[in-house]
Amino acid sequence: MSTTPIVTKVPPPRGRRQPWEEKPSAAGQTGKGAVLTFVVLAVLFPMWVIVVTSLSPREAINNAGGLVIVPQGLDFSAYVAIFSGGRVTRALGVSMFLATAGTALSVVLTILAAYGLSRQGSFGHRTLLFVFLLTFFIYPSLIPSYLVVTGLGLRDNLLALILPTAVSAFNLIVMRAFFMNLPQDLIESARIDGASELRILLQIVMPLSRAVIAVISLFYAVGYWNAFFNAMLYIQNRDLDPIQRVLQQYVLAGQAPPLRGDVANLPGVASVPPSLAIQMAVVVVTIVPCVVIYPFVQRHFVKGVIIGAVKG
Amino acid sequence: MSTVHPARSEGSAAPGPGEPGQTSGPGEGDGPPLGGVVPPSRRPPASTRHRPAAAPLPRRVRLARHFRRDWPLIAMTLPAVAFLAVFHYLPTLGNIIAFQDYNPFLGDNPLQAFIYSDWIGFGNFAVLFGDYLFWRALFNTLRFSFAQLILFFPLPIALAILLHSILHEKIKVFIQSVVYLPYFFSWVIVVTFFQQMFGGAGLLAQHMRSAGLEPPTIMTNPDTFIFLVTSQIVWKDVGWGTIIFLAALSAVNPNLYEAAAADGAGRWRRLWHITLPGIRPVIVLLLILRLGDSLTVGFEQFILQRSAVGPAAAEVLDTYIYYHGLLTQQFGVGAAAGLFKGAVGLTLVLIANKVAHRLGEQGIYKKT
Repeated sequence: MSTTPIVTKVPPPRGRRQPWEEKPSAAGQTGKGAVLTFVVLAVLFPMWVIVVTSLSPREAINNAGGLVIVPQGLDFSAYVAIFSGGRVTRALGVSMFLATAGTALSVVLTILAAYGLSRQGSFGHRTLLFVFLLTFFIYPSLIPSYLVVTGLGLRDNLLALILPTAVSAFNLIVMRAFFMNLPQDLIESARIDGASELRILLQIVMPLSRAVIAVISLFYAVGYWNAFFNAMLYIQNRDLDPIQRVLQQYVLAGQAPPLRGDVANLPGVASVPPSLAIQMAVVVVTIVPCVVIYPFVQRHFVKGVIIGAVKG
Repeated sequence: MSTVHPARSEGSAAPGPGEPGQTSGPGEGDGPPLGGVVPPSRRPPASTRHRPAAAPLPRRVRLARHFRRDWPLIAMTLPAVAFLAVFHYLPTLGNIIAFQDYNPFLGDNPLQAFIYSDWIGFGNFAVLFGDYLFWRALFNTLRFSFAQLILFFPLPIALAILLHSILHEKIKVFIQSVVYLPYFFSWVIVVTFFQQMFGGAGLLAQHMRSAGLEPPTIMTNPDTFIFLVTSQIVWKDVGWGTIIFLAALSAVNPNLYEAAAADGAGRWRRLWHITLPGIRPVIVLLLILRLGDSLTVGFEQFILQRSAVGPAAAEVLDTYIYYHGLLTQQFGVGAAAGLFKGAVGLTLVLIANKVAHRLGEQGIYKKT
């Protein structure tokens, strides 16, 4: 099993039409524009509606009969409500803890192992690499995993949401490929100067690898932030629920009867537990971290992921 | 000298660009070839030329030396290996409870329960294959998988080609940033978005009702659930899926386009004869991965929506294992279903890869 990148390099982006290319037709340009506008709107429109609704005063929501498209007034009471203690605040804390602690552990493990495997021909290199590559083909099923995690006594323990997903072989292979593409002369000369492997990793390899480390950290952090199914399996204690669980219970299950919108508008019906603005505020706080961190890492994606297109 | 790694001068890796073994092609045209120069193919392999002239060391001594040299690297890898051993390989081995009448209440922990439980051979599989719910879940899984293949798989390729054709760099980067974003949202978010847009109390229904129309039951209709699920996957993953195709597209040699244009090939002919063949290895690779994953269609998406459309439409193998193995504590039957899924999945990958080799593609791993 060798590792050859399937896409070798990305030439610089072409900025203008080549001389031999035909002039674009007006119909073609319009069609292209329409499709791409639709694609962009399909992503942004739901986010817009949800943010606007979460910031709308009660009357605006009542006037619209539900979700608000055009903002009328600004009201932060939904956010005050969810941040002033209670389940959502606690769940946010849990998810923040998972994302930071989990990502730290995962990134350290991944960097160490990726560097350890980055030298072709080192002792046991092929065997150890095989251990990681095999996980792509053979994976455990739900029941034995559940038994192992509960057997370790991790039920109702946040470690159950960190340890089983701590090492991703895919991320490790991506990082290893990046390390292998670094200029080897640098590493070689450091070794001749007597630097230990750990020192080389910390002082030479890691500073050169900020891009891939950022991308991999984002991948892990998003994974921990989005942890839902494992929480459903292992966390019974409502105080330890991560934010995705709360979102599911508040928003998805809270809306379960399909005609709730109609019924809720009838006079005399008891207040629907979380108001629509609060529900949408929970949605917003769940996606905000992704949206905020993402632009900083996004420019590294292409490099990181293309290097990830290696074959085992 | 022994601290310098010989790794790059021996081993299977091709010699570096500066090494003489590589000088074939245009470099040889520089001057008249000297008499007696051995053609590159006849030269001894590069690896032997760098070995010291001394007698080769016995294998055991060499390994011991390599180990002494490389043990820090191994030590760095071991923590990650330990995690995989406990949370990946141990549960994989745990699949053998598929052949047990596993009773979680024997002993104090799962391990003791495993030791005390009775072996029943293929009894769990007999139960499984006799359960029509299992067959329904399998059938549903394959249906969803097929729908993804037909309705989803071509879309990232099309979108990537479209994005690649945009010449204005800023617009292109903006669109890319937007379309990658949903990939980072959890399934809970995606399902919530769909519910808020198309659900019974969602935006669409809200406006249709105020216009006096009866809104369609998009989120709760079992008959159209397959399209709902697929469009959720499209919304979440189509942008992210373009990354690898965009990379492949920009690696296609631009001279080919120019040559084709000079030969009179129009835009569509260039797409058909140059672009698509140029990215064919990537397409085949991803197709193989997709086929190998036929029995994995996504877990959370179905768990989250199962109650809205009912199990008849939304039960897939993964949710079957959860509901009929784990929740009812029929661990043996659930493990049997999991083992079945894993074994079939592995077989599918191997078959698909073999087919790719036959077609002359590289596939996931190389033929050895």
